[in-house]
Amino acid sequence: MKEYWQEISALTMRWVKRLSREKFSMLFTLVQPMLFWLIFFGNLFQRAADMQVTQAPDYISFLTAGVVVMTVLNNGLAGGVDLLFDKENGFLERLMTTPIHRSSVILSRFIFVMTITSLQVLVILGVAFLFGVQPATGLLGIATILMIGMLFGVGLTAISMAMAFSVKSHGDFFSVLGFLSLPAIFLSSALVPLAGMPAWMGFLARFNPMTWAIDAVRPLILTGWTEALPHVGMVVVVMVIFDALCLYGSAKVFRRAMG
Amino acid sequence: MDRAIAIQVSHLTKTYDKHTAVSDLSFEVYGGEIFGLLGPNGAGKSTTLRTIITLLTPTSGTVSVLGHDTVREADLVRRLIGYVPQERAIDRFLTGREHLELLGALYHLSKAEAAKRIAELLKLVELEEAADRAAKTYSGGMKRKLDIACGLLPDPKILFLDEPTLGLDVQSRLRIWEYVRMLKARGMTIVMTTNYLDEADQLCDRLAIIDGGKIKTLGSPTELKIGLGGDIVSLTLKDPSKIATLVAALTKQPAMRAVKATQTGLDIRVESPEKALPAILESANRLDCQLEFIEYHRPRLDDVFIAHTGRSIKDDVPMEKEAV
Ligand SMILES: Nc1ncnc2c1ncn2[C@@H]1O[C@H](COP(=O)(O)OP(=O)(O)O)[C@@H](O)[C@H]1O
Ligand SMILES: [Mg+2]
Repeated sequence: MKEYWQEISALTMRWVKRLSREKFSMLFTLVQPMLFWLIFFGNLFQRAADMQVTQAPDYISFLTAGVVVMTVLNNGLAGGVDLLFDKENGFLERLMTTPIHRSSVILSRFIFVMTITSLQVLVILGVAFLFGVQPATGLLGIATILMIGMLFGVGLTAISMAMAFSVKSHGDFFSVLGFLSLPAIFLSSALVPLAGMPAWMGFLARFNPMTWAIDAVRPLILTGWTEALPHVGMVVVVMVIFDALCLYGSAKVFRRAMG
Repeated sequence: MDRAIAIQVSHLTKTYDKHTAVSDLSFEVYGGEIFGLLGPNGAGKSTTLRTIITLLTPTSGTVSVLGHDTVREADLVRRLIGYVPQERAIDRFLTGREHLELLGALYHLSKAEAAKRIAELLKLVELEEAADRAAKTYSGGMKRKLDIACGLLPDPKILFLDEPTLGLDVQSRLRIWEYVRMLKARGMTIVMTTNYLDEADQLCDRLAIIDGGKIKTLGSPTELKIGLGGDIVSLTLKDPSKIATLVAALTKQPAMRAVKATQTGLDIRVESPEKALPAILESANRLDCQLEFIEYHRPRLDDVFIAHTGRSIKDDVPMEKEAV
């Protein structure tokens, strides 16, 4: 057990070191969702968005939940990238010749991605606060948002890592990533509520786990517990199923890739 | 020499999808020796090595390392070995010291134990000064040295080196050879792959020549050369019309193993030069064959390689160079 923890913490610290050395990339990762989506998009669509449709005091407070979950989505889907590089340059092979639990590498990655994502979500909520968005459910609500983010992130990160181990080249990886991420955003309630979508899009969006996450996070920010609780209960069920499927599928890939 | 068996490979076959990379390989590595796998690119050297160090599972056959099966007791095997991969498996954002610290934790060393070993290793591979610089600032030779330090960190019983000097300049190569010899002197068993004949010749106690996934021959460099059937004496005659006469005269003599006419003279395989050379000169004189040129050489590893694979290893050797 002590050995297990020693492995996991050393591997996690490596991810932290790598991120902190890539100053530019770190800045970009942290700032990009806030700057692009929240500030530009939020303010740009302020007048274009119909308050009757969004059911929110302004577009930016409507959008905050979407940006939070989009950040979880993007971080999760990109969660396997570093492993992809490790696989390609042989570093993973070096790790695999050491007497570590095969799961340590995977777990360290989960811990790292979840931590970074949570920090980012907090920063986004902070920036939204500066634009006057006050979470209606307070600190407990923020904790609940983080929990939802992690539940969603685990499954996504698992998919991403499984993909990193399966693809033949890293071009494939990034193509699939691009192919998944934009539709996932547009076919969800991130930018427009389901009621405001063309019927067929609204129909598809209902099957997107992202929609469920957003529909729980949004009332936590906009309205309050009475409105939010049923959605929170629902999203926990949806995410447990989602995670179970992702973990089951990727565990097979991990076992094949790492023996 | 201590003849305890360190590694036993029996009927190892490894196929990727449908492509067979190595087929029915069997050999032993003895404790304390430097064992080489020599072969051109794509021969199956890395595949063999990776299977021994538990990175790949055999399609069929078994491998045991110090008595432990590499599939059933993989974790135990991993505790006994060190590995220096063919690619520079280096994280460019970490410093040299951080690489070693990470591995220290993965081999479950205490902080103090790790620090002590890391200091020793950095000194050994002469990276003390560069230890706290990011690895992306290292030259090819320095990266290779860091790789070797990483392989040595667990203080392994057996060290595996995959093409340790590929693409290095002459100086760095010699340095790496020195390390390998020193480690052997300390009692370590070493298994390495190479496609350099001189490296195999100078460094390895025993070697297996592999080509197309099969072992073509196995033995010490000296044994392999002797196995070819003696040294070679090449004569060039002033008058080529006398070649046939001389061939006829020499063929009967006991000191000659094989006599062959060439365009300009004769190639003679001889068992011992002391007996053969005087006899050859005597016959040549007696038959009035004037010699223009006489050359004598022991068989080289090139000759061994060609004799067993039917081609030269150099056909496939890429020539990349990197500065220290
Ligand atoms: N991961 C792999 N997938 C498919 N084929 C492979 C893989 N690794 C190696 N091979 C093939 O197996 C053969 C042996 O490769 P390798 O063991 O790397 O040779 P060497 O190290 O002697 O150059 C080659 O034909 C190579 O193309
Ligand atoms: Mg190789």
